[in-house]
Amino acid sequence: MSGRALELNGITKRFGALVANDDVTLTLGQGELLALLGENGAGKTTLMNILFGHYTADSGSVVAFGRTLPPGKPRAAIEAGIGMVHQHFALAANLSVIENVIAGTERLGALALNKRAARVKLAALSERFGLTVDPDARVGDLSVGERQRVEILKSLYRDARVLILDEPTAVLTHQEAERLYRTLRGMAEQGLSIIFISHKLHEVLAAADRVVVLRGGKVVAERKAGDTNREELAELMVGRRVARPHRDAQTPGAVALKADRVSVMSGGASLLADVSFEVRAGETLGVIGVSGNGQSTLGRLVSGLVSPSSGSLDLFGHPVAQFSPRGFVEMGVGRIPEDRNADGAIGEMTIWENAVLERIGEKRFSAGGLVRRGPARAFAAEIIRRFDVRGGGPDTATRLLSGGNMQKLILGRNLIAAPKILVAAQPTRGLDEGAVAAVHAEILAARRAGTAVLLISEDLDEVVALADRVQAIVKGRLSPPITVSDADPRRLGLMMAGAWDEAA
Amino acid sequence: MRLERRAHVPLSLAIAAPIGAVVAALILAGLLIALAGVPVFEAYRRMLIGAFGSRLSISETLTRTTPLILTGLAAAVAFRSRVWNIGAEGQFYLGALATAALGSKLGLHLAPLVEIPILMLAGALAGALLLLVPLGLRLKFGVDEVVTTLLLNFVAVLFVSMMIEGPLKDPLAFGWPQSVPILADMALPKLLPRSRLHIGLLVAIGLALVLYFVQSRTRFGLEARAAGLNPQAARFAGVPIGWILVRVALISGGLAGLAGAIEVLGVKGYVTTDLSPGFGYTGVVVAMLAGLNPIGVIVAALFVATMFVGADGMSRAMGVPSFIADVIVALSLLTMLVALLLANYRVRR
Repeated sequence: MSGRALELNGITKRFGALVANDDVTLTLGQGELLALLGENGAGKTTLMNILFGHYTADSGSVVAFGRTLPPGKPRAAIEAGIGMVHQHFALAANLSVIENVIAGTERLGALALNKRAARVKLAALSERFGLTVDPDARVGDLSVGERQRVEILKSLYRDARVLILDEPTAVLTHQEAERLYRTLRGMAEQGLSIIFISHKLHEVLAAADRVVVLRGGKVVAERKAGDTNREELAELMVGRRVARPHRDAQTPGAVALKADRVSVMSGGASLLADVSFEVRAGETLGVIGVSGNGQSTLGRLVSGLVSPSSGSLDLFGHPVAQFSPRGFVEMGVGRIPEDRNADGAIGEMTIWENAVLERIGEKRFSAGGLVRRGPARAFAAEIIRRFDVRGGGPDTATRLLSGGNMQKLILGRNLIAAPKILVAAQPTRGLDEGAVAAVHAEILAARRAGTAVLLISEDLDEVVALADRVQAIVKGRLSPPITVSDADPRRLGLMMAGAWDEAA
Repeated sequence: MRLERRAHVPLSLAIAAPIGAVVAALILAGLLIALAGVPVFEAYRRMLIGAFGSRLSISETLTRTTPLILTGLAAAVAFRSRVWNIGAEGQFYLGALATAALGSKLGLHLAPLVEIPILMLAGALAGALLLLVPLGLRLKFGVDEVVTTLLLNFVAVLFVSMMIEGPLKDPLAFGWPQSVPILADMALPKLLPRSRLHIGLLVAIGLALVLYFVQSRTRFGLEARAAGLNPQAARFAGVPIGWILVRVALISGGLAGLAGAIEVLGVKGYVTTDLSPGFGYTGVVVAMLAGLNPIGVIVAALFVATMFVGADGMSRAMGVPSFIADVIVALSLLTMLVALLLANYRVRR
């Protein structure tokens, strides 16, 4: 490390009564990989937006390579060599990689894009930092991991020497995330300075040189990654001790959910092939796997959204004849979709509307075609109370809830009806540590009450903590189950790689 | 400078936005009027007199308001569920044609009290069926209904033209292309004697109120809104999207068809290809000015009708071309879009 790449001095930013950043001071050394750790709402993103000039701080200054940046000017930040990779990518899906990379850098009035020079520069950058991606591929055809590489290349192409990544792994699979951190490490070794925002403790510990913990808009601690541990960071981040709850042993009951050699085909492609599993009352079956191996289809199958092409799915010993979401809800299946924003809730509708939409046909919520708003609001209020949904009442727009609270609402609307089966697909994806613990506690409570839980997750820690038995999903096929006490990381890894005979 | 989504849009702002938009549009149009060398305030005063200055002008303005409420509702109900029905003009014409054919001497010959409601329903049905075609194409094959509904307008108008030059041509019209007229006792009762104002206005207002109730209180209204806002989540929750959108299309196309039926039964008595001065397209503007709210549609339709009728009066008195009404209405749509943006977002430096 030679010298300082970046200094933030006493940054304060208020939004109305909310102090998003309170006198934050922070330095970034050249060639350093710094993690900014904090729960959702701790002020991480606001801070980075100030750094990049999207917001203007109420007080404080940003110094890059010894020069103070004018506030509120992203262009100045770019010229000073700061690049930002947002959580939600800013790429044009219908353009090629190279077009996306050079968009915005070409001079107005130039008649043709100088693609040849750009291509040479891009190839050199790809080579130097190990960011391989086909420059002529259409961005819309790329995987999420590849798109992120394009975003990083975009910043590097603009000669960024400081790179800021906002929750870079939120959308990545485990493998992609590991690859990303290897890349970032390599970039830091070549002299780039990097800040990444995260609320995932294990990533921060594994990847960063130094960790700055933000809580309630303030810097509460700064640690060398080697000098701290998971427990300490979790406590610093949340402000109190948090422990993820674990399951207790209990004897499962009758088989509630059973798939017998189920296959799902769509347009000639096989999405699920010969899948068999069973889940008993009071038991949790975990399905692990690398994202994109059929988890979505499995979740949709047991939510009543797709029907099998062959094989049968039994609920409580009876094969399902008619697959429909409302039919499944009526039969007592609670459903937590993997993408809460796309499937789970309609942001523009109120909390009460989202609470009752999947059971609007029930007599208590509609009669004679009219919505019974009183009982619907009361139902929502009950969910808010029982499941500690914070950030609004029944009439609040759902989009105003944080991710964790939206997830609690979705969990709540399912669990309040004491479902006999709970399908939880990626129930804690993108949630912070406090919210994860809350969701886990609820899933465990449901299991204790005798619910059969099918947990589809990419988070191995989560599966090991919650599940009784584990099956791996690989290319639409399910491994035979193993009990979780037999599951060590190596064995789970082999199962997820599809080598379940070796794993046995 | 950047825009930030407001967490809550206060009611005062939601009401101020359209008013501000209209004022801004009137100021901008005022610049044009001034360019024409005419005193602006006097021109607007003449416009108000033209629209509301006499019993006759009031009745004319309200007569003009009636079809605009219905086509405005047609657009509003469809847009709310993200069915982009730009085809109200064609649905209007088909509704008008069906009504004229069945209500003429070639038609049903029932007692007026029985037949008039049937004729209205027939008009609505014709409009509804015309919208079902593009909707079916969208649901089945993903064809963009903006294009198909828009282009079907031309098909519908040419079809009307073919019919009124052919089988439905009025033999007593001295060769003019117009349809056989409806029987005299099929005409809608007048609201005001010795004017063109008919009870269609009450039908339109009544339907706006019914629609407001349906959207805010019924299960169908809730599901239709969910299907528009986030079809994927609605499907996950078990909302039968296809069926809901079919019903939305039936209502939307039906309202536009009904507008045509009522225009024939209440005002014209027969169909020509200039029966509508763009009621279908103007309905889109009315719906947008109303923020897709059915009650707002009544007010917005009245505003637009005032501009059109008033501009005629202004034009006669001041010599400003009556096209200024088109300019004002078009400007108010643009200013409304800006106003909606400012109401829903706040500007931050």
